[in-house]
Amino acid sequence: MAEAVHPEAHGHAEHESTGVDSRKLGMWLFLSSEFLFFGALITNYLLYSNRTGFNIYPREVYDIPFTSVSSFVLLMSSLTMVLAHNAVARDDQPQARTWLFATAALGSVFLAGQVFEFTEFIVHYDMKLTTNPVASAFYVLTGFHGLHVAIGVFMLLSLWGISRFKGRLSEEKGMNVEMVGLYWHFVDIIWIVIFTVVYLIDAARV
Amino acid sequence: MTDVAARPVTTIYRKPRSETGLWSWITTVDHKRIGTMYGYAAFFFFLLGGIEALLLRVHLAQANSEFLTAGAYNSLFTMHGTTMIFLFVMPASAAFFNYLLPLQLGARDVAFPRLNALSWWVFFFGAIFLYSSFIFGTAFAPMTPDGVTGNIPINGGPGAFDFLASSPNGGWFGYQPHAGPFYSTGTAMDYWSMGLQILGLASLISSVNFIVTVFNMRAKGMRLLRMPVFAWMTTVVAFLMLFSLPIIAVALFMATFDRQFGSTFFQATNGGDPILWQHLFWLFGHPEVYILILPAMGIVSEVIPTFSRKPLFGYSAVVFAGAAIAFLGFGVWAHHMFASGISPVAQAAFGLATMTIAVPTGIKIFNWLGTIWLGKIKFTTPMLFSIGFVAMFVIGGLSGVTHAVVPSDWQQTDTYYIVAHFHYVLFGGAIFGLFSGLYYWYPKLRGRMMNERLGKLHFWLMLIGMNLTFAPMHWLGLQGMVRRTWKYPEEAGLQTWNQVETVGAFIIALSILVFMYNWWRSKTHGEPSGLDPWDARTIEWMTPNPTPEYNFAVPPVVESLDDFWRRKYAEDEEGRAVRRPEADQVIAELEEIGNNPPQPIHLPNPSYFPFLVGLGITIISYGIIYHTTAWGKALIVGGALLTMASFIGWGIEPLEDEPEDHTPEHLEPAEAL
Ligand SMILES: [Cu+2]
Repeated sequence: MAEAVHPEAHGHAEHESTGVDSRKLGMWLFLSSEFLFFGALITNYLLYSNRTGFNIYPREVYDIPFTSVSSFVLLMSSLTMVLAHNAVARDDQPQARTWLFATAALGSVFLAGQVFEFTEFIVHYDMKLTTNPVASAFYVLTGFHGLHVAIGVFMLLSLWGISRFKGRLSEEKGMNVEMVGLYWHFVDIIWIVIFTVVYLIDAARV
Repeated sequence: MTDVAARPVTTIYRKPRSETGLWSWITTVDHKRIGTMYGYAAFFFFLLGGIEALLLRVHLAQANSEFLTAGAYNSLFTMHGTTMIFLFVMPASAAFFNYLLPLQLGARDVAFPRLNALSWWVFFFGAIFLYSSFIFGTAFAPMTPDGVTGNIPINGGPGAFDFLASSPNGGWFGYQPHAGPFYSTGTAMDYWSMGLQILGLASLISSVNFIVTVFNMRAKGMRLLRMPVFAWMTTVVAFLMLFSLPIIAVALFMATFDRQFGSTFFQATNGGDPILWQHLFWLFGHPEVYILILPAMGIVSEVIPTFSRKPLFGYSAVVFAGAAIAFLGFGVWAHHMFASGISPVAQAAFGLATMTIAVPTGIKIFNWLGTIWLGKIKFTTPMLFSIGFVAMFVIGGLSGVTHAVVPSDWQQTDTYYIVAHFHYVLFGGAIFGLFSGLYYWYPKLRGRMMNERLGKLHFWLMLIGMNLTFAPMHWLGLQGMVRRTWKYPEEAGLQTWNQVETVGAFIIALSILVFMYNWWRSKTHGEPSGLDPWDARTIEWMTPNPTPEYNFAVPPVVESLDDFWRRKYAEDEEGRAVRRPEADQVIAELEEIGNNPPQPIHLPNPSYFPFLVGLGITIISYGIIYHTTAWGKALIVGGALLTMASFIGWGIEPLEDEPEDHTPEHLEPAEAL
């Protein structure tokens, strides 16, 4: 039986448990719910994207090379996230801070790319949220993904700030780095699905 | 940290130090206090939803009635449904989950006490948000899609309670495009869609918490298949919420985008698909009905064995049937849409799938009957409510099967027959189950018993009242009385039975008054319950009553299903229960140790951050409704800042005062910066 992780346990209460840390288990459960959230949004996009008769489709305006680059940036941020987690595990605080910051920075670059992409679509192609349901579905899906990235950046910067001003990320906070890491990798994986299904496969139909 | 062995042990860990008073309730992370707050809030909204129902019944007692304006009528039936589902049955179930789950598992609290407080505060503010529509909301007459005739208030004309027409009015399932921007102008339906979004978030957070609690917090020896059935049903409901809430979240976001930001997901005028709303809504909505009924089934599965003085017949069958109902529940949503023009193949498939749910449901019914069969039945109030549950639920379940037959469903869709069906399963089912639980577990809250005579009066009044109210709806519906209709003509011959229904509704109201009096009076006048008033089976009865703040002074070690019963009873050769000679001694020792913990007990610190996060999220939601105005934008930014700041505070707040927190050496050397 794993050591109980409940905050008030302090060793005197032995528990039956799965052996998985409670916070990690909770995060996995939350992400399973998030998976359905994005699943519904992606389905929604595909549904409208398969309908005929709209004046403009996102697949007609995608800039695949540009989005490939920003997708690559987001992928790299998963690598720096792993490095940050590794540094915390080694208790190398300055390194951990560096990699946390790098992850947040790469996430921000991705977000900036998304802002640029949206602006392009709206200004150059006049494809707005209100244009038609497939455009709406595109903006709501990628917008919610962007919001998740932004929340991730906020959490990364919070960890960086705690490390910077409280001195270090303790063992207990190390778990927090792991949690934010789980979240971050999840957001990355969702993006890979979106990029593949919503961008690449859909654009191939044009 | 000082060792304090006696009862005042509960005072050593307080951060915001107050033990009582408003501040202690705002900052509490104790699952029992949170459960109690959920319970009282749910009951408050039960009363509001009930008053809404009574107004509707008064109106409908008369053919061609103009007691309510059409606008007020629309708002009242919408808010009645929305309230009873999202603000009463769900939080009432959450009250039981919170209070009982850790006790039934032999734990001190849930896995994440502060997240638990967050669920409650998000729910609390979400409920206030939804009901604030009565004050801030506006509802206007349908605008044609070209926008010419909009902005005519729908209230006005004869009838009373006009001011109620400002709250959500699109029905509890908010069908599109009726609830969309063209046909429901004004902000009423914005309050509905954003309000449900907030309430859904609260349930999502608690579902994660309960599942982790069940997986990681069970007492030693409490294997999964030794958990009480109520704990199992909590788990199943948590999974249902975890997987169905994201679907409704997406649907509500899409509706909000349509209403607020000009997208046209559900607006057919611009290529949108209104039927998609129905798919998404019922993909959530059908699991939702099991979210409403399974907690009551869990309660009944605790009460019936206790008062039949027999183990639950087919424990694992009941557990697996509950899981099967939940699993199948995700594949039957389109039975709500047989009249919406989906293909015949889909209709046949969903009709068949729906019928299969009758199998696990039937298993449960027969297991309860098998438990009662040949039992030494004690007809206490909780037992009466549980038996009432089984009887009424069977009626509602059978009429439910008739909806699975497609041609028959076409006749019933949107008539009072449907209203009869879901009130038999939700009033006769869920509410009877919840009251059964209230009478059964009241001693855990107060250390006293509720009055049995008043309890039985409550039961019989409620049983008679509910059958008078809802049984006539079956034949009124089949005669063609359409649900949600403001007026029915006198010639239709519907008035007599409608008047019977109205009388029934007031008998229900009377029964609730009896209950409230009993509840209030028992707090001071109830018989002291002692530790084991019902000769119960499960381990939540192994703590003194009222439950001490730390639950178990010594965490229990469990050896079997119904472990408390095992400690009190052995079996003779024929399998009959024989009370052990040492049983009274066992109870006396539990009482003694339970009140005098041998070791100091750590409990988590109170925190006010959950309250602030809930507040921040609600401020953002107000801002979204009014985002076109400058102060709306200010609310969004201000709410977001409050939420983020509170999360940071939450992140660095210590979970409890750790011993090393008090030692100077712990101060970090500056070079760590
Ligand atoms: Cu259904």
